[in-house]
Amino acid sequence: MKDFWIYLLILAGSTYLIRAIPFAALRKKINNRFVKSFLYYIPYAVLSAMTLPAAFYATGNVISGAVGLVVGGIFAYMGKGLTLVAVVSCAAAFLAECVMMLVK
Amino acid sequence: MKLFLRGLRSGIPIGLGYLSVSFSFGIMAISMGFTWWQAVIISMTTVTSAGQLAALDIMINPGQYAAMLISQLTVNVRYSFMSISLSQKVTEKFTGIKRWLLGFFMTDEIFAVAAAEDEVDPKFFAGLSVIPYIGWALGTLLGALVGNVLPAMVMSALCLAIYGMFLAIVAPVARKSWAVLAVVGIAGALHCVFYFVPWLSENVSSGISISVCAIAAAVLGALLFPVREENGDKEVTK
Repeated sequence: MKDFWIYLLILAGSTYLIRAIPFAALRKKINNRFVKSFLYYIPYAVLSAMTLPAAFYATGNVISGAVGLVVGGIFAYMGKGLTLVAVVSCAAAFLAECVMMLVK
Repeated sequence: MKLFLRGLRSGIPIGLGYLSVSFSFGIMAISMGFTWWQAVIISMTTVTSAGQLAALDIMINPGQYAAMLISQLTVNVRYSFMSISLSQKVTEKFTGIKRWLLGFFMTDEIFAVAAAEDEVDPKFFAGLSVIPYIGWALGTLLGALVGNVLPAMVMSALCLAIYGMFLAIVAPVARKSWAVLAVVGIAGALHCVFYFVPWLSENVSSGISISVCAIAAAVLGALLFPVREENGDKEVTK
């Protein structure tokens, strides 16, 4: 039990500091073009690496995962909002799983 | 107040996504022998998916404090880049104390939505953090308490919510910019390599491989398609 609290302190403390220190410390605008470009691209790169290929396996079934992602991708490409795209992806994956159950 | 409310609304899809992701974290924690309140406290103090998952594996063994610290630093180093990136977009109202307080909520998704703004006001960021935080804590609690009640098909479909949200963030920008599309393609392709090459997937944790792929792709992007000097956040458009 004592271990739990020490672990928690390390876990929460390190996670907080790694987020907050750079946020609080950087008060000036960065002018280096390379650094600026890197910082512009990093969020999209992180999201892409988190999505591929994990998203295809998120539902536990590659087919329903792919159906959800393709349908969500179409809505996202049309510029629909975050909630709508998220809901549509889930609904499409759910329907795909229903269809697969019926076909089986 | 208007900004806070707009942030609140932008946080709804993140909160929905978190509800399903932290739900599975709650189930996992219970299955590994943690109590429901331990799972909830971990979620409420840490608010990170990959880091918390890595932490569970370490916490079941006693005394591995150094391993905990090292794993958290590598899994979470991406947050530093996000914080640096967002520090360039905040308004003057984002003073020191607000940065120390709100920096706590710098998750991948909150960052991604905030970064899509032209400039980030502390009120907007605070509003944006509320529902994801509640969703993360509540999902963990529900997962820990009633984990196996929901039909499996509903649960598995909900796991896509978070990725649907990612699509909605990336697609509109990638559609307008070849450079972003290229960076996104490189990061995704690289991460597939980490995933499908057996030696890499066995020896490199997903937290580290995500950081490595994202950094490599962003460095390539910065070298090949540097953003325009006069306007930091608009690069060459299609």
